[in-house]
Amino acid sequence: MTVLTIATLTLREASRRRVLRSLAVLTVLLLALSAWGFSRIDAEFGGLTSGEAKVAGSTVLNLVMFGSSLIAALGTAFLAGPSVAGEVESGIALAMMTRPIRRWQVLLGKWLGLVAFGSGFVTVAGVAEFVIVHLTVGYWPPHPVTGLLLLAGQTAALLTLGLLFATAISPMASGIVAVGLFGATWIAGVVGSVGEALGNPSVAQVGVVSRMLLPTDGLWRGAMNAFQDPSLLAQIGTGVEESPFLSMAPLTPAYLTWAAIWTLLVLGLAALGFQRRDL
Amino acid sequence: MEAVTGSPAVWVSHLSKRYRKRVAVDGVSFTVARGEVLGLLGPNGAGKTSVIKMMLGLVRPDAGEVMLLGRPGTDPRSREKVGYLPELFRYQPWLTADEVLTLHVRLAGVTVPDRERRDCLGLVGLADRATDRVGGFSKGMQQRLGLAVALVARPELVVLDEPTSALDPLGRADVRDLLLSLRQRQVAVLLNSHLIGEVERVCDRVLILDRGRVAASGTLAELLGRRTLRLRLSDVSDEASALLEPYEKAGDRYTVALPEDVPALVADLVKRGVRVHAVEPARATLEERLLDILRAHPEEHR
Repeated sequence: MTVLTIATLTLREASRRRVLRSLAVLTVLLLALSAWGFSRIDAEFGGLTSGEAKVAGSTVLNLVMFGSSLIAALGTAFLAGPSVAGEVESGIALAMMTRPIRRWQVLLGKWLGLVAFGSGFVTVAGVAEFVIVHLTVGYWPPHPVTGLLLLAGQTAALLTLGLLFATAISPMASGIVAVGLFGATWIAGVVGSVGEALGNPSVAQVGVVSRMLLPTDGLWRGAMNAFQDPSLLAQIGTGVEESPFLSMAPLTPAYLTWAAIWTLLVLGLAALGFQRRDL
Repeated sequence: MEAVTGSPAVWVSHLSKRYRKRVAVDGVSFTVARGEVLGLLGPNGAGKTSVIKMMLGLVRPDAGEVMLLGRPGTDPRSREKVGYLPELFRYQPWLTADEVLTLHVRLAGVTVPDRERRDCLGLVGLADRATDRVGGFSKGMQQRLGLAVALVARPELVVLDEPTSALDPLGRADVRDLLLSLRQRQVAVLLNSHLIGEVERVCDRVLILDRGRVAASGTLAELLGRRTLRLRLSDVSDEASALLEPYEKAGDRYTVALPEDVPALVADLVKRGVRVHAVEPARATLEERLLDILRAHPEEHR
């Protein structure tokens, strides 16, 4: 009951704060740009074969989806910070936490609200993008639902980390650190791909380790894999290794389990941190 | 564990808190009976807000125990019938005043009809701002909203930390009336306030904190019990002033402890050639008493 009350409160906060409007503007901008881009691809290379159209379509789709996942990550990480650290700093938490409720209930409620918000955003932006790609180049991703779920998972993982930081440091700092780590693991993932391409196992290890420490990049790669055409990989074959916008293999169940455990672990730590904090 | 009936509204025993090396609260114990209004007084940094926060589970005490309305403070249910206005009062700026109250009613786990909720806003003078966003409220209005939040879930104990800090004189008078009506309804109140006049007028008992310890406590009558005699005198010789010892002197005004036989004292003074212009019995105000108590250890104050 308390958890649901806080979750609805968090959703209401997200919908009433400026964050939502900024997210909407950014997303519309990204979608408009991609629509224009796709229509140019079609116009400039009018004589694309269906295979080539698929290559172009799925690569650019991944690029755009990366953009929207970045927006979702930024948006939720910057919502997560203020919703815990900001409320403690401003004093909003004082009157609320003296109600007959437990702190973990508040944290879990906020988490649920933020996850619902992030997933909603990813779904709306993602489906809009699929429709755009379908209308312009006639491409439809093979596993749209799996992909969107993985993107929602990526957003959830990052905002959980944001919540953990928000129980310890200031609202702005927690958002910045969470987004910084998100960027760092993505880059580590790219470095890892380069290592694989060059056949250098120790460099490739960088990507693997960072994907274990913060599963956002791993989940993103899984999502990409779900968005791109499977025949594409077959065509390219083994000549080309992974690139930042091309993923060779779907995620293993073991990795998905790890990502879920990781998220729960970080959420548990956040609850513990919040519990021990003097308000 | 069921609540112990007939227990005090607040029972605090040997509460201590240390922030790094600084001791904020050092072995504070007190009780607030049901329906009683207790005033918490003390200089800045005396530990008043820390005591309140530990009482309400916002801050973890290093030592000590708390019982609220018969339940241990570690049990969230002890706060079911507690209303709190923090010193730092802020409410969700993106909600309307009425939505803030609805949220608190829901978190308190009670059902309060719409009518009663609106009456509560009316009580603090916000009836016509119920549907306005809190973000647009002035500080004073937010404090009024805070009072409504503290009162909305039918509390049996209300904790008010500096409830009039942002209010104009009219608002302060409103709060005083509110406190008196709470006392009438047998709601226990813990009032932390710098406005001694406010405390003197509404509190049954007073607890004075100084440097994290209880410096004095008791009913107003107990604390202010010492009655004095004020005299306006001239031509006071050394011999005459010896009669008055111990006394406090400001210009031609002398203040002494009230003697048993006032006419005899006056006659003795006159006999020694003192001219007596005025004689009036007086009672120390709470403010004077507070300053007395706090100045008892002047070397420890900077």
